[in-house]
Amino acid sequence: MLITTSEIKINGEALYELPHDLYIPPDALEVYLESFEGPLDLLLYLIRKNNLDILDIPMADLTVQYMQYVEKMKAIKLELAADYLLMSAMLIEIKSRMLLPKPAEIEDEDDPRAELVRRLMEYEAIKLAAKNLDEMPKVGEEFQVADAYYQHIADIKPPEVSVDELVEAWRNVLKRAKLNSHHKLGRAELSVREHMSLVLRRLQTDGMCEFSQLFDFETGGLPKLVVNFLAILELAKEGLIKITQQAAFSTIYLQVSHAE
Amino acid sequence: MREPENITEMKQIIEAALLTAGQPLSLDDLLKLFAGRMERATLRMLLDELKQDWEGKTLELTQVATGYRFQAKPELSAFIARLHPERQPKYSRAVMETLAIIAYRQPVTRGDIEQIRGVTVNPNVMRQLIERDWIDVVGQREVPGRPSLYATTKHFLDDLNLRSLAELPPFEDFAQSEIPLDS
Repeated sequence: MLITTSEIKINGEALYELPHDLYIPPDALEVYLESFEGPLDLLLYLIRKNNLDILDIPMADLTVQYMQYVEKMKAIKLELAADYLLMSAMLIEIKSRMLLPKPAEIEDEDDPRAELVRRLMEYEAIKLAAKNLDEMPKVGEEFQVADAYYQHIADIKPPEVSVDELVEAWRNVLKRAKLNSHHKLGRAELSVREHMSLVLRRLQTDGMCEFSQLFDFETGGLPKLVVNFLAILELAKEGLIKITQQAAFSTIYLQVSHAE
Repeated sequence: MREPENITEMKQIIEAALLTAGQPLSLDDLLKLFAGRMERATLRMLLDELKQDWEGKTLELTQVATGYRFQAKPELSAFIARLHPERQPKYSRAVMETLAIIAYRQPVTRGDIEQIRGVTVNPNVMRQLIERDWIDVVGQREVPGRPSLYATTKHFLDDLNLRSLAELPPFEDFAQSEIPLDS
């Protein structure tokens, strides 16, 4: 609002000294008005700070000021200008109704200012309520919510399996395996040749050996024993060892055969 | 896993659940902990006991709109806040006034808000409040245009440490001196 000393009159008295908080250099107008949340806020400020009587608002001056303001705001914030324009229209309406003599039959008509006062007071209360809300302690600022860490272990129940199902599954595997079975020629995991060398080396060191001593029953299992036996037979066949037995069922001895 | 057999064990379960939740847990949430083997009344009693157990400690058990939560004692919060120096930016007066109108006059339309504030509502203002999950649309007023009716959320109450809107200071408290019609 363009407020100059010549325009301001409070209760009929021209105000030559502007209150400090009301004086605005014209070029600071936009900044000044932005500190108000709208026409109600501005009007409330004027009323509360300066004991401005709504009845005594100089309507003509106000209108001029509003129009100047609207002109200025057209370029910047047209929607805001409309709000102020509406307010000025309302003030002028009130003023004109106050000035006109009331016809007798509507003598008990409400004071035209009553609605504006109601709105002003409601807005004032909301303003304070907003300030109060803003100052209330809030989570993340004045309140910190506990959020301790825990190892999240999903409670997933494994599906249950009965023995019968397991047996059935195994049967199916076997059935399928039979259908797909091929005769496989695999590389011998245990080398007869290797065992031949082992037996021969043993006999070289120990000289004569009992047959049963050549078998290691502790480790290796059956395949190893079989391979070991095959190795002995192979050694005998190739004439590298001599196998002797004094009588049936007596101890069998093995020894390296020497060239004769 | 063995079901709890005594009060102490039950309280420990409730306590651990609340401490690790990071958000309020309702009575229904807490009942789930006991797989239907807990009465509501008993649960309330245990929560009361738990609250007393924690008195004088660093955390306190509080009830807010959506349930129960542990939070740091307010006097400690100022120190904790130092860990996060970037504070939440302040909301503008327009945002706070809009929020106050919705809080005290809900459910309201944008038109209602404009009527009270005397200015058009900036859509940005509503967006900020909706994004914060402080307000939402609860219906439409059956008038031409069927404008949306806005109300505050439970999350708003949680954030302000309130159990219900009734805990807000009454609106009458903000009424100022009458503006005289005749001077």
